[in-house]
Amino acid sequence: MRLAAIETLGFRTVTFVTHLGRIAAFVGSIFVHSVRPPWRVRRLVGEVFDIGVLSLAIVCLSGATVGAVLGLQGYTTLSRFGAANSLGAVVGLSLVRELGPVLTALLVTGRAGSAMAAEIASMLTTEQLDGLRMMSIDPVDFVVKPKALAMLISMPMLNALFICFALFGGYVVGVKLLGVDGGTYITSMENAITWEDDVAGTLLKSFIFGALVGVIATYRGYTATPTSAGVSAATTGTVVVASVTILLFDYVITALWGV
Amino acid sequence: MQPSATRDLIVGLFVAAGLAAIGYLSIQVGGLSYKGPGGLRLYATFDEIGGLKTRAPVEIAGVTVGQVVTIGLDPSMRARVTIDVDPSLKLPTDTSAGIRTSGLLGDQFIELEPGAEDQTLTSGEEIAMTESALSIERLIGKFVHDSGVESK
Amino acid sequence: MSEPSVANLCARTESKSSRVSPELRILLEDVHLSFGGRPVYSKLSCGFPRGKISVLMGGSGSGKSTLLRLVAGLVRPDSGRILVADEDVTELSERELYRVRERIGMLFQHGALLDSMTIFDNVALPLREHTELSERDIAAEVSRRLTAVGLPDTEALMPRQLSGGMLRRAALARAIISDPEIVLCDEPFSGLDPLNVRRIERLLVELNERLGITLVITSHHIPSSLRMADLITFLVEGEAISGTPAELRVSTDKRVREFLDAERDDEPARPGAPT
Repeated sequence: MRLAAIETLGFRTVTFVTHLGRIAAFVGSIFVHSVRPPWRVRRLVGEVFDIGVLSLAIVCLSGATVGAVLGLQGYTTLSRFGAANSLGAVVGLSLVRELGPVLTALLVTGRAGSAMAAEIASMLTTEQLDGLRMMSIDPVDFVVKPKALAMLISMPMLNALFICFALFGGYVVGVKLLGVDGGTYITSMENAITWEDDVAGTLLKSFIFGALVGVIATYRGYTATPTSAGVSAATTGTVVVASVTILLFDYVITALWGV
Repeated sequence: MQPSATRDLIVGLFVAAGLAAIGYLSIQVGGLSYKGPGGLRLYATFDEIGGLKTRAPVEIAGVTVGQVVTIGLDPSMRARVTIDVDPSLKLPTDTSAGIRTSGLLGDQFIELEPGAEDQTLTSGEEIAMTESALSIERLIGKFVHDSGVESK
Repeated sequence: MSEPSVANLCARTESKSSRVSPELRILLEDVHLSFGGRPVYSKLSCGFPRGKISVLMGGSGSGKSTLLRLVAGLVRPDSGRILVADEDVTELSERELYRVRERIGMLFQHGALLDSMTIFDNVALPLREHTELSERDIAAEVSRRLTAVGLPDTEALMPRQLSGGMLRRAALARAIISDPEIVLCDEPFSGLDPLNVRRIERLLVELNERLGITLVITSHHIPSSLRMADLITFLVEGEAISGTPAELRVSTDKRVREFLDAERDDEPARPGAPT
């Protein structure tokens, strides 16, 4: 009986490692296609539209809301210590260091990551990927590469926009509603946040998160079971795996960055 | 959306907005500036720096003109602070540097009071006159001691 | 070594002589394949002659579509050789397969057009990818092909706006636009009304007669198969039985007979009812 459990563990481990190997090969393939022509700029632009532009609404709206909440919560806590003048710093640092990159990545995963996986999986199911192969076109080059690159490019920009909207949300709540001095808010924010410690880190994080979501979403779509249930599994699996991976990597990067 | 000039335009606007946001955060908020290795670098030694940290601002008459770069100990066990200030400043050689507190309980920063000499400090020179940080504990202790002495 | 002939290679043929050309463009030898433990073929051998129309028939699940995919290199067999236009596709890498596929066009059962692109962009894709033709020349070619398949005004439409028959014809235009020498069609008649069946039948026959294209078609539409095929290959129980339509019509093989007789209309659906 115990032997069966060990067997299962062994099997699961082998499957997991095989999976990792396949993902590595997949990533390698994307990379090779990315550094060689055809560049597929038209398709890349189209994907940046689908992933970046169409995510603007949710990112900016959520940003403003999160910023507003931070402003409110921050003020409540800080004013207890008479430190309400540091509101800008508190809101700004939380956003730039953690909430910006992580929340943006989670939102984009839910909106664009799941859409990417679903689209590729249904192309698989309707033989469109095989159709491409029969036209001597590599589906990784034609379909996967533009999507993954678009995600990589869009994520840092969406992150920056999220943070800006959130800073504004915090400003509106803190200054207009709760009476913190506008100049103090902005100055404390600008003084506390530095390029070296904070902004560079946020850009690095969002870049890495973009790569992660781009790879996970396209991989799950590409290797889905060619059925309707398979498409659905690819979509939900993407959101789950990508979300967990983002949070894990967030910890690792934060720890390594020394922030 | 089907390929079209409109779609390309929208993507272009998105990228422009994204880069602008990144630029704002980096430069305006984060203070990234093209400060080549040309900042005026000066040294000051203090008996006590209190809570002064690196990257603390250096001010003249309340205006930020630079920041604290490094803090260390010199051979005589005093605190040696390196500051980097705006290279266009002309600071007389008898300028003094004092450690002040922002408000009553705030962060500490360095305040420079320009002197009256004709000669100005160049990069790498030492600021001779320094004023250490006021330690609240010492002040209170002094007060208590003095009043204790008085009441005798 | 003499050219392999259909008579030598297929598991069973209905007659010793065959009026098809002995030169085979596609050849399967001793192919084994199983999916998830279930065997699909064991020691399957058959061939399809150059410049002729070959129809693959068999019940659902007999492996007809899989055989086309094997020929196209989309599926690898467990063992055996598959020669397509003088190259063994089982030995080629994915890169090398792309080269061979330049000479093959494939018509998928549901068209497999890219649903995010217009019909024009879909049909133009092979030319845009692999040729240096100007946009104007490409537009002329696309227009010509779409007109040839009877879809002259569909260029700006999206695939979802076309009916099944129209979709197949557009996919056919895409499959032939690079002038392949072999065209594989997966169930081109399935789900179509009789008019559209005739239309596609005529188009495929035209392709073969005018351009000499080698056609391999899977189908279970017996009347059109008997009409258009030069060679019919039955896949039953993992084996291939080949012959001309005339030979198969008088076949004594039980399995072939069962299939062909199911199409006869002199037996009532309900036993005991008048015909």
